[in-house]
Amino acid sequence: MTSNQIKKPLGLQILIYGFVLFWLILAAFPFLWTMWGSFKVELDFFSKGDWTNVFSGVRTQVVYGESFTGAGYEGAWIQEEFWRAFLNTAIVCVSTVVISLTLATLGGYALSRSGFRYSFWLLIIALVFRALPPITLVSGYLQPFYDWNVWGTLPTTIIVLVAINQPFTLWMLHSFFQTIPKELDESAKVDGCTQFQAFRHVIIPVMWPGVITAGLFSFLLAYNDFAVTAILLSQENQTMVPKIASFMGTTQTEGNIMFAVAAVVSAIIPLFILVMFFQRQLVSGLTAGAVKG
Amino acid sequence: MKHKTFFWFFLPTALAMFLFIALPLTSIVSQSLHTPHDQVLIVVESCDPFGCKSETTIDHLASKKINEEKPQGKWVGFQIYTDRNHLAFKEVGELWENKTNFIDFVSSLRDLPFYRAMGFTLTYTFVVTPLVILFGFIIALAVNSLHRHLKGFMVFFSLLPMIVTPLVGSLILFWMIDARGILGSGLQELFADPTLSLKASTGLTWITLIVYGVWHSAPFAFIVFYAGLQTVPKETIEAAMIDGATRFQQTMHVVVPHLSPLVAFVALIQLMDNFRVFEPIVGFSASAHATSLSWIIWNDIGQEIRLLSSAATTSVLTIIGVIILLMPVLIRTWREFNPEK
Repeated sequence: MTSNQIKKPLGLQILIYGFVLFWLILAAFPFLWTMWGSFKVELDFFSKGDWTNVFSGVRTQVVYGESFTGAGYEGAWIQEEFWRAFLNTAIVCVSTVVISLTLATLGGYALSRSGFRYSFWLLIIALVFRALPPITLVSGYLQPFYDWNVWGTLPTTIIVLVAINQPFTLWMLHSFFQTIPKELDESAKVDGCTQFQAFRHVIIPVMWPGVITAGLFSFLLAYNDFAVTAILLSQENQTMVPKIASFMGTTQTEGNIMFAVAAVVSAIIPLFILVMFFQRQLVSGLTAGAVKG
Repeated sequence: MKHKTFFWFFLPTALAMFLFIALPLTSIVSQSLHTPHDQVLIVVESCDPFGCKSETTIDHLASKKINEEKPQGKWVGFQIYTDRNHLAFKEVGELWENKTNFIDFVSSLRDLPFYRAMGFTLTYTFVVTPLVILFGFIIALAVNSLHRHLKGFMVFFSLLPMIVTPLVGSLILFWMIDARGILGSGLQELFADPTLSLKASTGLTWITLIVYGVWHSAPFAFIVFYAGLQTVPKETIEAAMIDGATRFQQTMHVVVPHLSPLVAFVALIQLMDNFRVFEPIVGFSASAHATSLSWIIWNDIGQEIRLLSSAATTSVLTIIGVIILLMPVLIRTWREFNPEK
């Protein structure tokens, strides 16, 4: 803080630090707790009698002779074939990001460079599409997908996710391209480039910060989606999130809830890494729409 | 940019949105006005030495033919909209006539699935949204006054509840509030009530879901307000300080007005996102006590025999809800774009 700020009274300082600590625990503790607990047996993770069991791992020691065990992970990844879901998620997310960025970069660029009335209306339509809950569209997909015999496959789901992502990505890239001065590509056009050449040689080299940010959000939308993937994918093509949901039904009755806990932690790890490396881009993306109103 | 160039640049994204958003929209409207054809039944008389019996069987050939002639199904108009599972005109009318007082009438609506879902969805949307704004603002103020090195650390951990998959996040909290989980058993001890369970009563389930909603979305408001706080003009703060404004007055009269456009932005995004509340209901297995519009669509589609017409009808009603919710924004943009008539 700057030096000219009056020093805060002690009471306020304590209040602030207390509150920050409270929020920190609220935000981080559930994840750390579950990660730690995923290496234990169920009776330690859910220990009604003595909650410190989860730290000492008393029951885990009884069963496995050690206070940590990878049994939950082994069960989930190998026995329940979670690796398949992981691969499917990787395929779906990467394809969705690549395709939706390609489409939205072209579209967003065009919107930002066109001063005509229809570009405004296209943005408003995109806003309305963005507001629709994806699940409302799903019942419209099912019948045609059955008829064409494309239900349950990864490419179908990827295309649907791309389309659902479009409005959001389009908005984001549109506001990003508006921050790139028009003079840049106009001067290229004066030099004899066509619009596409101007885009290719002038805009593409400078657009990466915005594209990476939009790509991150498009990745998150695909990664976190439950409604679309759960309904449009067949059993063997399931991605991680619907797979976890189906664990809930089966594992609870069979008594191996730790499989689900291990799967949940496995699904969180990539997100942790993502936030760690791309924190700055995520923050700038979240505020991009806001600052421009 | 010329119209023609614009067209080619915009075509791919327009095509994607048209085929997979606009067309499905028309398709659900049409689905909601049709039901699957009834099977064609034929009566076959079969005689044996003990006498004649008439048997009713399905005429598969005729059924198939009808389906091919009219693949959309049987036209029923607004019948599905008014049936018991949706707007339930008849049932609502009866309840209205037999009501003793207005509160009684409203609470008896809870037996009708659509109104039950509507009740929770609206409560969730309009309780979570202001709480998220308030909570996010307080976190932003607190974090902003920390030391520089602590800030980055706080931002990292604050992002987690928002970034993590909603279904996964709600499962984690669900396990913690389980009667055997750390929070669940902690609460039992705190209130000295070994039978206390957050999953048992409707009221507690609603509170749990709302707490989850605030936990999940507060980081978004925090990040936006935090970015806004970096742009508060120092001169105005100093001027207020010289005029003798207390710290609280400075916040209320300088910082808050400066952030008010951001509040509108956060509110808009939050209203859209909270209205579609769905995953936490699955994650917390809360459907016995709380259902949302998205959840009943999901439930209809997930049945053994997919109830597409019913799901489509709820979808159309949900979309109307979304549009009503967005109305103020749309009208404002319209006015800005068409000033003075």
